[in-house]
Amino acid sequence: MKFPYSEKVLEHFRHPHNVGKIENPDGKATEGSPACGDMVSVYIKVNPENRIIEDIKFESYGCASNIATGSIITDMAKGKSLEEAKKITWQQATEALGGLPPIKAHCSVLAVEGLRAAIQNYEEKHGLVSEKSPTTIEVVNNRLKKVMNPLTGLDVVRTNLIKKIEVGNGRISITIDLPSTHQFAASIKEEIKEKIESLWDVKEVVVDFIE
Amino acid sequence: MEKNVYLDNAAATRLDERVLEAMKKYFFDVYAVATSEFGYSLGIEAREALDEARGYIADYLGTNHEEIVFTSGSTESSNMAIKGVAMALKEKKGKHIIVSKIEDFPVLNSAKSLERQGFEVTYLDVDQYGLINLDQLENSIRKDTVLVSIQHANQEIGTMQDISKISEICKNKDVLFHTDATHTFTRVPLDIKKIQADLVTLSAHTIHGPKETGALYIRKNTSISKWMDGGFQEFNKRAGLENIAGAVGFTKAIELVTPEENERLERFRDHLIKRASAEIPDTTLNGHKDKRIPQNANITFHYVEGESITLHLDMRGFSVSTGSACFSKSLEASHVIMGIGGDHERAHGSVRFTFGRYNTMEDVNSVVDNISEVVQELRKISPLGKTHKEGY
Repeated sequence: MKFPYSEKVLEHFRHPHNVGKIENPDGKATEGSPACGDMVSVYIKVNPENRIIEDIKFESYGCASNIATGSIITDMAKGKSLEEAKKITWQQATEALGGLPPIKAHCSVLAVEGLRAAIQNYEEKHGLVSEKSPTTIEVVNNRLKKVMNPLTGLDVVRTNLIKKIEVGNGRISITIDLPSTHQFAASIKEEIKEKIESLWDVKEVVVDFIE
Repeated sequence: MEKNVYLDNAAATRLDERVLEAMKKYFFDVYAVATSEFGYSLGIEAREALDEARGYIADYLGTNHEEIVFTSGSTESSNMAIKGVAMALKEKKGKHIIVSKIEDFPVLNSAKSLERQGFEVTYLDVDQYGLINLDQLENSIRKDTVLVSIQHANQEIGTMQDISKISEICKNKDVLFHTDATHTFTRVPLDIKKIQADLVTLSAHTIHGPKETGALYIRKNTSISKWMDGGFQEFNKRAGLENIAGAVGFTKAIELVTPEENERLERFRDHLIKRASAEIPDTTLNGHKDKRIPQNANITFHYVEGESITLHLDMRGFSVSTGSACFSKSLEASHVIMGIGGDHERAHGSVRFTFGRYNTMEDVNSVVDNISEVVQELRKISPLGKTHKEGY
């Protein structure tokens, strides 16, 4: 039989590790992407002394690469300090899984974001977060690095799909270097809106294509 | 490889051996081009086979043989119908066409392509079952409307439109009517004498015939531009070397579909829907309960994602498809499920089962048993829907 995923992905998909909820977690987060519909929840139990993740669990309402990434990333984060766990990237998770099809990168990123958001939730609850800073082009650009280009499996910034970013009065305008008839135009637009709209001072996000 | 239970017959079907047998002669013996009646004998024999195939389909539909044009399948047929009529009538009548929101991609994307060329397109809404509103259709027809294209049945949810009434409305308003019958042809009756369609898309790939083989019914005197240029084949409507083996295979495939087979597929459909709805909590049937083609069942299993279901089923030897964005080539959720008022969630967990000649009741029972286990497993790890019954 021929499956679209590596043996490692299939193994984690079939028997995912660290699945479920933690009652009274120290940090938790649910990340969702309306563009693909996947959703992932991450729960962490943190040692208050050394800030090491003692237990971690996840739940997934997602596809195979989402489930497999949730499984591997919770394995990777367990026993690590919050600072170390924060630095785990989706590239590392993907490598550990023996690779993922490029079109599936965004489902994988979602699981990694779930982990980071759960850590952030812990930090917010424990007063470890700095003041809110206003959204700048740089902030937008950093967020866009989490939006995957399904053609390559790399982010839209690295693959030069972002032609222009304008920021003013809570209105963010982004121009994508693709025609609006492109196969992934609708999906990329939706994902960008989702990532940028959640910034605290953003009121409107406009995504344009070159033609 | 273990036995594979194939339940994606709306996408493609296994070729029937008898179809292949009928086609062989036109690959190895009568391989000549169909010549005119004054050509050489091998070419005349080829032409006769083509004429016979055309005649068979014409009789089957209750039409004349010069109204049947062979094509490379439903994508070409629908492109030809929509773009051909639009180009023929844009100067004479206008630049407006009407389609439903849930048409298959050949129709939908032909309409979008015309839109980019300055046409206006009305996308008709559908109700929760996928049915268009006949009043909305009637009110949408304008003086400059050149074509209405409404499918006979939907490719994903199997809902059958009332094309008899639709064709009447179009006739009264003097506008051409095209219907994509890819998923109904031979499975449900289609009599062109009764249904006043002007153009009908037909395909062999859904009925155990050869792929990339189809036809377009074009009512006599219908204004249509030729868009495949070349020779004068197919009554000068479609250029290109005739696919005689394909045409012969297509007719054989039609001949092999029996009313008994269609009844059998209907029993599979009803049994699957009944068992899945009764045994698996939190499911929604997509499409209409009764106005439904015999070979299609489409069910949303809430709180789980479709690609996860299909991959688990694949590993257990079942081929099915889903309307989930994760499964699609464009990462967009099914426009059909969204069109019937569903949200991403409903598309996300939707699974389509389509039956064919080689399925058995055992297959149906075993796919329900397996999907029940798979859904139960996936719900255990899902953050959603934890409030329902124990075990799910």
